[in-house]
Amino acid sequence: MVTSVTSLGKNGLYDWVIQRGTAVVLGVYFVCLMSFLITNPDLSYAKWHAYMTSGYMRVFTLLALLSMAAHAWVGLWTISTDYITTRQMGAMATVLRVAFQGVCALLTLVYVIWGVQILWGI
Amino acid sequence: MVKTVKSQRPVNLDITTIKFPLPAIASILHRISGLAIFFGIAFLIWGLGASLESEESFNALKECLNGVVPKLILWAILAGFIYHFIAGLRHLMMDMGYFETLQGAKVLATLVLVVSAVLIAVAGVWIW
Repeated sequence: MVTSVTSLGKNGLYDWVIQRGTAVVLGVYFVCLMSFLITNPDLSYAKWHAYMTSGYMRVFTLLALLSMAAHAWVGLWTISTDYITTRQMGAMATVLRVAFQGVCALLTLVYVIWGVQILWGI
Repeated sequence: MVKTVKSQRPVNLDITTIKFPLPAIASILHRISGLAIFFGIAFLIWGLGASLESEESFNALKECLNGVVPKLILWAILAGFIYHFIAGLRHLMMDMGYFETLQGAKVLATLVLVVSAVLIAVAGVWIW
């Protein structure tokens, strides 16, 4: 059995709620961004730049990045604790699982910082 | 930790021996697409940076997306997002208590696979 010390909300119900709340944010963001791209064929740099750097899109993108971080953590945590277990991977499972979770956490952090740098500048 | 269950109870989670009904296929694809797009996001953020940095890098990115391989990568990432999005709607619907019967779950899983296949095809046409 895998204990839940590395889970985001520390129990299944919190994780469930976090997963759903962030999913809605990400879903709405995806639809908004795709609608803009589909309704603007042959998009110019000026228009794209103006759209993405508007206050509303900067905040929305930041919200999406943070939601992605939490959403991906809950999802990847679930996958890692379902498949990288002692039963399936043997004695090395805990090391492998924590390593996988570490890579995921690091990559998530890079995504958030990278995204913030692009949209807010430093 | 206090053991609340017998540790020697039989477990079968050898997924190679389990037959996958449609809802299980829809579910495992949701997991696979989620894992895939997590790594795909690296390409998207790189693209976002290139598209916003300057007019030159924006045009260079546009030029790059004329190639077959970049188009395929973009399509694969978009396909992952589309499937994950549609399968996510399935989860939200089931959370609210719809399509929870055996028959309903099969119908919804079929719907998810068909709708996302169509949208992925449309996305392919849009990219090319």
